[in-house]
Amino acid sequence: MSASPSVASPTVASPSKVSELADRFAALKQRGRAALAPFVTAGDPNMETTLAVLESLDRAGASLCELGVPYSDPIADGPVIQSSYTRALAAGFTLERLFEVSRLATQRVKMPILAMASYSLIYRRGIDRFVADAKAAGLTGFVVPDLPIEESDQLDAACRQAGLALVRLVTPTTPPERAEAIARKSTGFLYCVSVAGVTGARTDLPAGLIERVKWLRTKTEVPILVGFGISSPEQARAVAEVADGVIVGSAVVRHLAEAANQPREEFIRGLEGYVSDLAAATAR
Amino acid sequence: MTPATPTAATPLSQVPLSQVPLSQVPDALGRFGRFGGRYVPETLSAALEQLEQAYNEAIADPAFTAELNGLLGAFVGRPTPLLFAKRLTELAGGAQIYFKREDLSHTGAHKINNTLGQGLLAIRMGKRRIIAETGAGQHGVATATACARFGLDCVVYMGAEDVRRQAPNVRNMRFMGAEVRPVESGSRTLRDAINEAMRDWMGSVETTHYIIGSVVGPHPFPRIVRDFQSVIGRETVEQCRRQLGRLPDTVVACVGGGSNAAGMFYPFVDHADVRLVGVEAGGRSGKPGDHAASLSYGSPGILHGSLSYVLQDADGQTSDVHSVSAGLDYPGVGPEHSYWRDAGRVQYTSVTDTEALDAFDLVAQREGILPALETSHALAWAMEEAGRRPPEEILVVCLSGRGDKDAAEIARLRGLPGASS
Repeated sequence: MSASPSVASPTVASPSKVSELADRFAALKQRGRAALAPFVTAGDPNMETTLAVLESLDRAGASLCELGVPYSDPIADGPVIQSSYTRALAAGFTLERLFEVSRLATQRVKMPILAMASYSLIYRRGIDRFVADAKAAGLTGFVVPDLPIEESDQLDAACRQAGLALVRLVTPTTPPERAEAIARKSTGFLYCVSVAGVTGARTDLPAGLIERVKWLRTKTEVPILVGFGISSPEQARAVAEVADGVIVGSAVVRHLAEAANQPREEFIRGLEGYVSDLAAATAR
Repeated sequence: MTPATPTAATPLSQVPLSQVPLSQVPDALGRFGRFGGRYVPETLSAALEQLEQAYNEAIADPAFTAELNGLLGAFVGRPTPLLFAKRLTELAGGAQIYFKREDLSHTGAHKINNTLGQGLLAIRMGKRRIIAETGAGQHGVATATACARFGLDCVVYMGAEDVRRQAPNVRNMRFMGAEVRPVESGSRTLRDAINEAMRDWMGSVETTHYIIGSVVGPHPFPRIVRDFQSVIGRETVEQCRRQLGRLPDTVVACVGGGSNAAGMFYPFVDHADVRLVGVEAGGRSGKPGDHAASLSYGSPGILHGSLSYVLQDADGQTSDVHSVSAGLDYPGVGPEHSYWRDAGRVQYTSVTDTEALDAFDLVAQREGILPALETSHALAWAMEEAGRRPPEEILVVCLSGRGDKDAAEIARLRGLPGASS
């Protein structure tokens, strides 16, 4: 995977989702922009709303989107995303409905959508079946927060065969050599976790983050997106200076919590405004 | 009561039985056959590597073993005795029943064997803050105890429902200076306590060691906890030889996450003529949500960092579970038990809440011992089984813990005076 403009093969007969994603990063780079990748939970408060939310994120200028797949025991997530997963599961979320809504969404929006899913769910469905279902639904790939590189060979092979991205994560506790090994395996982009901890908005950027991203930049060609703890346009702007993109999770999901108390149009308008501001902040 | 037939659900033909002894697990990746492994967020990877390395160095260091053994003797009171349960044997009218008295360990259960070992490991790694999860509170108390002894900071996560039903242990943890954090998420039991402990560790991993309380979780925890608990089985082997002149015919232990059972069974697994039986929590019935018997009713899945039998739905969402016993109220089980199950080496069965409560009464009245509700599951099966076996056979039950912590809850369930709220 390379972030450089893919001059070699603009579009072949069956373009892989990975190369589509690379083209998208290349186009952003040409326009002097970093990517904005919001995260939303599938099925919170219901699938109809998820579809409307994905369309509004696309309109607001999101470059790509992480669609969070609710899981009963998400150990990497803080209270905001945990509660969102709990609401979605209580509202009847299933994987069948995830793939259904993904199919509709990927037909309607321009931005690539990646599923953020616990390996527990992927393993249970069967790796090949999960990947095939995701591909059929038009998804671009996966972020699997609880799958370290040592355990990922099977899913990696299935994703490569299907042309889907398998995004890996590096964290502040990852030793340098291991970070390089992870970056080498990552396809689509590399997810640089800003803090040692669970997901959740934080007020300040962690010390050393900018340096860490700059160091990673010297080690890999794959686009680097930074996530965990970012919620304000100011933080997004600072990160966009050095990284290829910004992931905003809990701060977006917090809007979903309010969805039940507002007419849908009003809540969507609020979310869209927030995401537009973030998108504006990622212009370099 | 479900008879302990070899698990017919999984034909042995599907199980690639290795040529090496069953005890030669896990491998370098933490695999027990196909089970185990390390499915955790990257944030924890370095700490697990560090733990594995520290453990390997520790067990090669005679000073570590000497210090641990010294503590197991003078602080815990080991070896714990092997006791003939005379009046229970008479009542059952068959095989001779023996108790391995882990209830006589300091803090009243086997859990202390592991927390002292891991506490020493934490010190070797330079980590002065300890976190733990607890269900029945026995592991929480054992962790608080080790931390008090070693001068380490201690935070224990405990489901709010368990805080209520195991109040004496909550009080004791606080006496020893531990902070008990009730967990209000999910089913407010052991599984949620593990989730919260893991989340704490995600943010504190550089200064904190997580003393997991059972043979569950990511590699190397299942191995480390099994090894520290194996003192139970090693002593039992030796005591049987010395006191009875031979190994027992059957060894029984209760299984939630499975740490007392793993520690008891492990030294026996290569003795093919000793039958091993794990007893799970059958709860109210065999219907989903009514029990916590992962090996009896579950399917392979990933929970809390390892691949093992899990009670889950078709999508892989963890099921809600039930047991009268807080320590068995868990939808997963240690990966080595899954390995033993599929290899046909250990038979797993279950008994209901009611059967366990009845066993509690019988053992209290006929042996003068209040067993923990967890242990009462193993006792219920053992008494039934002893009646079906000839008098020359020997059946050893791992009496994993004492029942003082359960007395108020049992009184409440029975509507007796002296009940907790």
